[in-house]
Amino acid sequence: MFGFAIRRLLQAMIVMLVVALLAFTLFRFVGDPVNQMVGIETSIEEREALRERLGLNDPIPVQFFRFVTDAARFDFGTSYQFRQPVSDLFAKRIPATLELSFMSALFALVVGIPMGIYAGLNREAALSKLFLSVSLVGISLPTFFIGILLIFLFSVTLQWLPSFGRGEVVEVGSWWTTGFLTISGLKALVLPSITLGLYQMTLIMRLIRAEMLEVIRTDYIKFARARGLPDRIVNFRHALKNTMVPVITITGLQLGSIIAFATITETVFQWPGMGLMFLQAVQNVDIPIMAAYLLLTAFLFVAINFIVDILYFVIDPRLRIGRA
Amino acid sequence: MNKLNLGLASAILATGLTASAAHAETLKFAFQGALNQLDPYSLNETFTLSALGNVYEGLTRRNENLEIEPSLAESWEVVEPNRWRFHLREGVKFHNGNDFTAEDVAFSVERLHGEGSDLAKRVGSDVKVEIVDDHTVDFVLAGPNPILHYEWDTWYIMDKEWTEANDAVAITSASDTTPNYAALHANGTGPFKLVSHEPGVKTVYEKYDGWWDEATHNLDGVEFTPIGSDATRVAALLSGELDMVYPIPVQDVKRVNDNAGTMAMTGPELRTIFLGMDQMRDELIYSDVKGKNPFKDVRVRKAFYQAIDIEGIKRKIMRDLSTPSAIMISPFLFAKSGDFERLPYDPDAAKALLTEAGYADGFSVGMDCPNDRYVNDEAICQAVASMLARIGIKVDLNAQPKAKYFAKVLASGGFDTSFYLLGWTPGSFDSWNILDNLIQCRDEAGKGGAFNLGGYCSAEVDALADKILVENDPDKRDALIAEAYTLSNNDVAHIPLHQQGLAWGVAEGVELAQRADNQFHFRFVTKN
Repeated sequence: MFGFAIRRLLQAMIVMLVVALLAFTLFRFVGDPVNQMVGIETSIEEREALRERLGLNDPIPVQFFRFVTDAARFDFGTSYQFRQPVSDLFAKRIPATLELSFMSALFALVVGIPMGIYAGLNREAALSKLFLSVSLVGISLPTFFIGILLIFLFSVTLQWLPSFGRGEVVEVGSWWTTGFLTISGLKALVLPSITLGLYQMTLIMRLIRAEMLEVIRTDYIKFARARGLPDRIVNFRHALKNTMVPVITITGLQLGSIIAFATITETVFQWPGMGLMFLQAVQNVDIPIMAAYLLLTAFLFVAINFIVDILYFVIDPRLRIGRA
Repeated sequence: MNKLNLGLASAILATGLTASAAHAETLKFAFQGALNQLDPYSLNETFTLSALGNVYEGLTRRNENLEIEPSLAESWEVVEPNRWRFHLREGVKFHNGNDFTAEDVAFSVERLHGEGSDLAKRVGSDVKVEIVDDHTVDFVLAGPNPILHYEWDTWYIMDKEWTEANDAVAITSASDTTPNYAALHANGTGPFKLVSHEPGVKTVYEKYDGWWDEATHNLDGVEFTPIGSDATRVAALLSGELDMVYPIPVQDVKRVNDNAGTMAMTGPELRTIFLGMDQMRDELIYSDVKGKNPFKDVRVRKAFYQAIDIEGIKRKIMRDLSTPSAIMISPFLFAKSGDFERLPYDPDAAKALLTEAGYADGFSVGMDCPNDRYVNDEAICQAVASMLARIGIKVDLNAQPKAKYFAKVLASGGFDTSFYLLGWTPGSFDSWNILDNLIQCRDEAGKGGAFNLGGYCSAEVDALADKILVENDPDKRDALIAEAYTLSNNDVAHIPLHQQGLAWGVAEGVELAQRADNQFHFRFVTKN
């Protein structure tokens, strides 16, 4: 068990290093940061001096080494645009992204599971067909388009919900801000959560429907019905329980991608999270923020995969025997 | 602030007053970019300076028509050709209660010249500051300079005591590892105090009751949110969540006007959009013409000029929100600009010129263009490419984000371009800035006209520019400027296209002044 974990950990570190190298190399091609940091009338000498101070004139391997060693200490440097430490900026933006991700995952589960069960049990019902076609929209339309559509319906036309921002936020503790405690904060969460969660909702609904159709055909369900158990018990206790295993796996893995890919939704709704900061950083060639975001995302996926691997090991006895 | 609002609202309810009575007004507005940091000397960029201009003030300021008026300096005079005397306003207090004195002015000059300053040119490095008394300052120049104070409306005076006490004398530089106090806090003399600032999220201002001038606005506070997405920004205005947003994309102007309760304010901006051609290299980098540079021939440059249907661009691409321009500066900024006329649009004449120059079959040329910098920049370049195709010029368009575009075409990229589109607003609102940056000769490293990317060079124009720099008589100066523009126009040094338009979205009941330099000052706002 211990050796397995160490091996996994080493692999994870190699992945992180490769991502760091990729990120670092990519930034050579996004443009000149100095041009974004100064006004257009700044003289060439001043630009050159700034370049020197930022260490952009050092040899590439030196820059890479500095980047990796600093990153290992969670020091991502100072943002070119904001002139503040990148780690502070991320700390301020993380609550917004996590709250949004949590709400969209919740939305996906709470709406997706009942829809999936219904569609699985009542294949031929008109409502099931409607669910299926609606979910097709969720998968096929691009996120930003769905977001803009929702804004125009619920903000501009009906004026029920805000079109941007987090509303009023309340500070909880020294570093967390939450929108859960105010009316405007909760209202602001609705549209972005739906936009971000729509894809996952569709995925979960279709998954459950397919699993349900599968399970209902199995022998033990037939036996249960033959024993005269009521439909409710058969459907929910016996059938649904067995469809949940893949759903839980998928939901766990999808949570990572919800957090990592909230970028577009955050941009459409001007949601002050990490993704928005990342996109603004790309436009302004703010290399320290871009680097930190890519590493953070990679870290998130590596960490989730690592935990899943360890869990498999704990759950599946065959793995343990194989190693022994 | 919110508590205050609530308190006032309940007071109004309690006394049965209607909403039309004078009460607390908060202006909520959005801009496409963020206010990244608050140090007034670390970024020479319109929005940053405009947002800070509500908190800080300069010795001078500009009114809604961009005319210079006294601000922290009550008056000034040129006592000797090289000595300017500024009489400072008495009784002015910074937001923290400190008095504004000559010491602060001298300190602000010193800090302006510190390392990492992006505005050092606001006061020439050879200018000496002499404190005469607490409220009189002399600026001693190395030579006459008629436009010494033209850019001082955005050179903000900082409080010496406050800056020193907070260890913020050094300018916030991007290479710093700890944030500078002045990058996150502000202490000026202006009509609004900074309440809170979360970079990229929200900035809150509050009215400063101790302001020296009589407030013509009726605001108690201002809330600024950056909204990057055009569609969201427009939606936030249409839904009534915001009182003002800018800019509005030209294609949305009609929607904003058609919507009840909002309207689009449009007007000309100072920025001139133009095309430039590499006239320096002996062979173009991006062309099928080898061994020579066709742009060295004035007939080719003129052919390019006359092939462009500027009215078509105005109608189709700019939706009438542009002003075709015959010179490289906005007519607002040069009194004699009415004397100039564009070369007529005439593809046949253009074709004839090309034939005369020996390019009867045309040639190919690569064109560089930004796609996220100016209004519809890429669309303009595409239109230019198709217009040039009609006279046999094959344009290979390379449109890319500004970060990549500027890295390629500016001095740092070695002026790596043959044909490009660029926009320019003279920071000083004066033609000398245009001559100095865009028209004067430069060497290969960029010494001289650093943004003269095509490297146009005329000894005559340069000689005129030198005279303009030191001519104190306004009429003579204007005549010299006109002469310089005539010469460079005859040479087709650049192809001026237009001044792009401004489009701001405003909710009903909000009155404000739209300055042509795209600065938004809260002191011109009233909200009912």
